[in-house]
Formats: sequence, C-alpha cells, structure tokens
Amino acid sequence: MDMHKYANPARFNKLADAILPWSLGLMALAFGTGLYLSLFASPADYQQGEMVRMMYIHVPNAVLAQGVYVFIALASAVSLIWKHPLADLSAKAAAPIGAVFTVLALVTGAIWGKPTWGAWWVWDARLTSVLILLFLYFGYMAIWQAMENETRAAKAAAILALVGAINIPIIKFSVEWWNTLHQGASILRLDGPAIHPDMLWPLFTMMAGLVAYFVTVLLWRIKAEMAARKVQNLRYSRAAG
Amino acid sequence: MSLMASSRRKGSRARQRLILFLAAFSFLAVAAALVIFALRDNFQFFVTPSQVSERGIAPGQRIRLGGAVEHGSFTRADDGLTLHFSITDGVAGLPVRYKGLLPDLFREGQCVIAEGALDEGGIFTATSVLAKHDENYVPPEVAASMAQSGGGMDCSDFAQPAEEARAS
Repeated sequence: MDMHKYANPARFNKLADAILPWSLGLMALAFGTGLYLSLFASPADYQQGEMVRMMYIHVPNAVLAQGVYVFIALASAVSLIWKHPLADLSAKAAAPIGAVFTVLALVTGAIWGKPTWGAWWVWDARLTSVLILLFLYFGYMAIWQAMENETRAAKAAAILALVGAINIPIIKFSVEWWNTLHQGASILRLDGPAIHPDMLWPLFTMMAGLVAYFVTVLLWRIKAEMAARKVQNLRYSRAAG
Repeated sequence: MSLMASSRRKGSRARQRLILFLAAFSFLAVAAALVIFALRDNFQFFVTPSQVSERGIAPGQRIRLGGAVEHGSFTRADDGLTLHFSITDGVAGLPVRYKGLLPDLFREGQCVIAEGALDEGGIFTATSVLAKHDENYVPPEVAASMAQSGGGMDCSDFAQPAEEARAS
C-alpha cells in the first residue's frame, strides 16, 4: 500500500471522518461500562481496600503515556527517513495528549502513594523515569513552539523524540533492573497477570476507552493542524501574489 | 524516463537516511546501556540487610534499608511510642528502632523501606518508614483462601536483588 496517498488532505479527512464516529462510540461505550465496572461492580483489594480503584485510572494513563511516546518516536522516524508529510504532523498532534496522560499518571500515583506507601513522591527509578518522560514531552512541544521554520522544527523535534525513546525501555524495566518502591509489573510479566480477573477486565475496559479517546482526539488535532497549514499557505500565496 | 530516474534517486536517498538512522540509533542505545550499567548501583532505591554487612556501611551513614518485617519481631516499648522490629531479606536481618507514624500497610511479613542510619550498637534508627506494595491485586476472599492453602502473599521480592548483588 502506498502510504503517500494519505498525504493528500482531502483523502485523509475522508478517512478520519469515517473512523471518528466509531472511535467516539467505542470511547463512550468503554468509559461508560468501564467506570461502572471499576467503581461499583469490582471487589475491593485484600490489603489496599477501596484505594485499589485508583488503579483503573492510573494504569491506563501510565500505559498510554508510554504508548503515545512510542507512536511519536515511530512517526518521527518515518518523518526523518521517508519524509512522509503526515508523519511529523501526527507526532506533533499527539504530543500534548501524551503529556496529559503522563501528568494524570503521576498525579493519580501520588494520590495512591500517600495512603499506601506513606509518601506522595519518592525518587526511585520508576517514578523518576516517568518524570523524565514528562519533561521529554515538554521539550518536544517546546521545540515546535520555538522554531519558526516548520521543516526545521519537524527535524529537530523528531531527533529529540528518537533520542528520548531510549527512556521507554528504562521505564518498563526500571522495576526489574533496580529495586524500587514502585511494585513490579502486574500485567505484562512472564507468569501471567498478577491481577485477579474481577479487577483485570474493568482495567482492560478502561484502557480500551482511553485508546479510543486518544484516536479520537488525535484525528481531531491532525485535522485542525492540516486546516491551519492550509490557511497559512493561502496567506503566503496571497502575500506573494 | 527522467521521472523514473528521479524516483529511483529518491528511493536510494531514503535508504541512505534509513542506514544513517539505524547506525545512529544503535550507537545511542549502546551508549545508554553502558551508562546505565556503569551507574547501576546508584539507581537502587534501598539496600538490603545483607548488603549492609557486605559493603560495611558505617554507623551514622544515612541509607534506606529495605526488606520484610520479620514475623514475631514487632514490639512496642513501654513509652508507647518507640517501635522495635527487624527487617530481613531472608539471609540477614537488622533490628530497627522507630518513633513515628507507620503506613496503613505496615504489618509483619510486609515489605517496608526504612530511612535512617545504624547507631554504634548496630541498631538501625529509622526516621521514616514506607510500606512497599506488591504487584498482586486480589479480592479479600481470594487472598484468605490462598493464605489457607499455604500460598501466602508475604513479601518475597527481596531475596533476588540480594543474590544478584553477591553474584556481581
């Protein structure tokens, strides 16, 4: 398939408009059932009690914070190597969404940590590497804001995103390579999830909702970005003409 | 004809950029791995009781001590405020003295991390105690039946880092 044909804004808009009702519907459905399952229809934990419900917000945001960054890094590689016009546009559009997920993961983690651990924040490897992820998002967004020339900004931002991608495996394996206060992996681990199915399914539902949210907002933001570039091009051509 | 040539030139340029990208990224990954390996001890959040004796940590040096609260070791002094318990990693244990608030999850068998220093008598005087939560999420009934069948959910993730430290 020739990916370059989706560089045509009209064609991309058509595709986005076909996806958007579905992603919006999935988001409403998954968040609706997910919130009911996680807040009412799931059991309390044997040692955390009701505090376990923070997990249904914290874990999807933490997973997506990293997932969106991986998306940005892949799009940046495509932008640098194959110069696909849509690649840097989607990376730019995704960054603020990922930054919000990271902030929510950090804030919900702190609210959970105070009663469970006894501290809002500690400088262990997991918490620190996620804070670095947030700073990478800020740096990435700042480069786009700081450079006037879009092409040069895209290149600089893409290089930053790719260098920062080294942080993603560090976040994932921080709880295995070093001892930390943060617990080890509960879902992606060799001997299967350590979360009881009654809690795992509400969690997966919330995660599906957040993925659908990301897809929806990403498509909206790309469409807006394309419209903005069109306006700018029209202005240039009017000024030139 | 000229159009075909230009598209071939474009393809070979993309291939050049791909090779450059892969080379640069591999160098970066190796560099990051070396830095992480060189600093591996600095990324540890706490030391275990075995590591305290191995490294000869001096009295008065502030550290975070991590391990499980030994079963049957918890006592409260007559003043009602000073708490005594031992932290163990399954190999070695250290007596801890602490005067302050404990987190809700604190109990015997739980993983905790105490911040403080050893005194001259070899007792660890803690200024704060944090509870470590494990990766298991289960409803209370399931946890109760697992404990009955012998599969207790006590803190178990301390033996491994201690072994790794000895191996290296």
